[in-house]
Amino acid sequence: MPSLENITDDLDVWLYQQFGATATFLIESVLIALLAIGLFSILGLVLIMMERKVSAYMQVRLGPNRVGPKGMFQTVADTLKLIVKEGMTPDGADKFLFNLAPFIVMIIAMVILAPLAFSKGFQIWDINIGVLFITAVSSVSVIGILMAGWASNNKYSLLGAMRSGAQIVSYELSAGLSVIAIVVLTGSLRISDIVASQENGWWLFKGHIPVLIAFVIFIIAITAETNRAPFDLAEAESELTAGFHTEYSGMKFALFFLAEYVNIFIVCAVGATLFLGGWMPLHFGSNTQFNHVMDYIPGIVWFMGKTFFLIFVIMWFRWTFPRLRIDQLLNLEWKYLLPISLFNLLLVTLMAIMGWHF
Amino acid sequence: MYRQTEILQDATQVSPLNGGGDLEGAGDLIINVGPQHPSTHGVLHLVITLNGETIKKVEPHLGYIHRSIEKMCESLTFRQFIYVTSKMDYLSSHINNHGCCLCVEKGLQIEVPERAQVIRVLMDELTRLASHQLWWGALGMDVGALTPFFHAFRERELINDIFEETCGTRLTMNYMVPGGVMADLHPNFQRRVHEFIKQFKLKIDEYDELLTDNIIFKNRMQGVGVLSAADAVSYGCTGPVARGSNVVCDIRKLYPYEVYNKLQFDEVIETGGDCYARYMVRMKEMRQSLSIIEQLIDQVPEGEFQAKTKAVLKLPKGEYYSRVETARGEFGVYIVSEGGTTPYRIKFRSPGFSNLSALDHMARGGKIGDLIAIMGSLDLVIPDIDR
Amino acid sequence: MTKEELKNKLTEIIPTATLDESSEWLSMTVAADKFLSNAEIIRNHPDLNFDYMFSLTCIDWKTNLQMVYHFTSTAHRQPLVMKVELNRTSPEIETVSHIWRTAEFHEREVYELFGVNFLNHPDLRLLILPDGWEGKNPLRKDFEDAVNMIKL
Repeated sequence: MPSLENITDDLDVWLYQQFGATATFLIESVLIALLAIGLFSILGLVLIMMERKVSAYMQVRLGPNRVGPKGMFQTVADTLKLIVKEGMTPDGADKFLFNLAPFIVMIIAMVILAPLAFSKGFQIWDINIGVLFITAVSSVSVIGILMAGWASNNKYSLLGAMRSGAQIVSYELSAGLSVIAIVVLTGSLRISDIVASQENGWWLFKGHIPVLIAFVIFIIAITAETNRAPFDLAEAESELTAGFHTEYSGMKFALFFLAEYVNIFIVCAVGATLFLGGWMPLHFGSNTQFNHVMDYIPGIVWFMGKTFFLIFVIMWFRWTFPRLRIDQLLNLEWKYLLPISLFNLLLVTLMAIMGWHF
Repeated sequence: MYRQTEILQDATQVSPLNGGGDLEGAGDLIINVGPQHPSTHGVLHLVITLNGETIKKVEPHLGYIHRSIEKMCESLTFRQFIYVTSKMDYLSSHINNHGCCLCVEKGLQIEVPERAQVIRVLMDELTRLASHQLWWGALGMDVGALTPFFHAFRERELINDIFEETCGTRLTMNYMVPGGVMADLHPNFQRRVHEFIKQFKLKIDEYDELLTDNIIFKNRMQGVGVLSAADAVSYGCTGPVARGSNVVCDIRKLYPYEVYNKLQFDEVIETGGDCYARYMVRMKEMRQSLSIIEQLIDQVPEGEFQAKTKAVLKLPKGEYYSRVETARGEFGVYIVSEGGTTPYRIKFRSPGFSNLSALDHMARGGKIGDLIAIMGSLDLVIPDIDR
Repeated sequence: MTKEELKNKLTEIIPTATLDESSEWLSMTVAADKFLSNAEIIRNHPDLNFDYMFSLTCIDWKTNLQMVYHFTSTAHRQPLVMKVELNRTSPEIETVSHIWRTAEFHEREVYELFGVNFLNHPDLRLLILPDGWEGKNPLRKDFEDAVNMIKL
């Protein structure tokens, strides 16, 4: 059965035979870059479309339905519009930082892609500190947002950026602690090891209630980290018009918009990898017959299915809940989520030491 | 709670404005909210002074859509000026027209036929429902939940359809004239209203599920923007804003007009004085309005829908004041007549204007998010404030 | 409380006021210099207790201006109209915004639309009209605006 792993391996071997080691590395780098950019553009289109359709469904309306069949090309049309729009820089803005900020946010989103395993062996960089890499790099995106807010020379932007700074720095903690819960159980930071450890069942099922708690906290924390409702205080359109990207227009705005959706994809992919087994099909212990049936579904389908399920959950939050206030947001993290995750981590550690999980 | 908001138990003492003179300190951030802002619901312009996220002062700047309706009315006849008033509080246009008609009828001592009275009350209550539905959706948007807006509009469309059939228009109806109503009810009216009642009774529970019981929503609204009873009276607040602060002020109960004294309904009073109390008042009022409509819809008496009036109305010399309860509070019409065909001076006492004046008092010490929630709970309609 | 009772009380408490019963509600005309003290009396006197001002406006009678205040009480619900005559060239009256908070905005409105100067008002600035409008008062009868006003 052809799998993504075979394809990449064959390609690698063939390139090596034809061009030698250095050229292979270069060609593969270019290929990966093209694939990543391609993935991002497709993700942008698909996720924005999905968001609009999900929200339309929840709001008893139809959503985009004019451009293309069932409005499929609405996002393409919107992107075209944004490309031809003038990218204005306001007077009094710090021009260099103002123009740099959207690219930083975008680049960060792209860099986190590196250690993600899309399917067995289909991974850009299986670094041995994969999880740490993701947590570390994702917290850099706050610099881009702070930069955008500061450089815009707009009070709304500044307030939005400050909120976002406080929010992302706080929620990094809970997200990190939830991730560590899984790391404690697997004993490895490498993504491929974490996925392999779930061969006899996903951590969500194997880890009893502590992992379930970690999962819930992780979902809450990543919703906050990606600035999505009900934690969208950084852009809170009814309070700060658009928060840190108030002054952005044209393609620079589109980059922020795209980065938001790419970030959602990435954090959901991380969640799916850590708690729901990544590309690993649904396995139940040593029930080999059932596991074999599940193996017929390719890993990439499992991975995308889980990721998009989590994305749907996050969209569901957005279209259902009202927004928190800034002090309530920070209270939630520092008074509830952080203590709970710390205690939870202890439980998970105890569980890992005693071998109480399946 | 981050802020100790006390509700004055004594309620006889007007609380002082916190803050006082030295407002413009170092490090204050002054922000213009509006006139173009997603949550000011129109062209309201607020200049807010912030210390970090905390509000130190809110200063409304009005007039972006001031049309000087009072001046305009001075050159319109007693029949014509009523149509201009639809454009003031466009969400309660029936009730605005109603107030003006009552004032002219008071001056001319016109007896309105019973059928017209019942039709007027029905239309008033439908308007109140439509207005509260829009408020409910918009409040949801203000606190960041976008879905309620569309759900509210689904039912509001039904009311607009009912209005369209009978009155010909959907927003500024101009249906009431001195002596009765412009035209008789459409034959479909009763059936349509019954259909609406049936649907809305199911959906109002859904409204509760979506927002009322939501924990985030409760946290955003409870204890926010507290207005004590004495302050509410001092600021001249009326309608759901005052009733949320435990002030009895429903004109329909205190000074019944038309057939309100024959109807069974409760004046909704909440004691909290915060945004959630104001919210609950409106939610309960929707149910009360629904019950009023149910009582009247099958009891519309036969007869004339308009009293016989002279073609040219001349109010005797003197002054006339009438008031009605709109969806936002007490709407007063003060006409000074010199005996001619046009009013000498006309003054509209709009509920929004007084309610807005309490905004600064309520918002001080809160966060930006609180200000938005308070504005949402005040249910401001800017043309009503600007006139 | 009925209109008659209110009239009796008022003649007892404020003997200098001129009372007029011709319209629906009792109306009381007071002199401009006595206005503030009378306002304080009707607000604070336990029998009157007019705590709720529901309308504040002005009428331009071409020869003079007339302030019209509508009061009612949450205790006895009997409205009272208070009228103050002002001269037209330099109308001045004491503010009541410290007694009834709602008066602050209403007085600012009357200030710009009629040009009445409220003494001791905390914040007497234009509320509705654009900056630099001072001096022209739209609701006065002799106001002319060639651009925006249409004569019927």
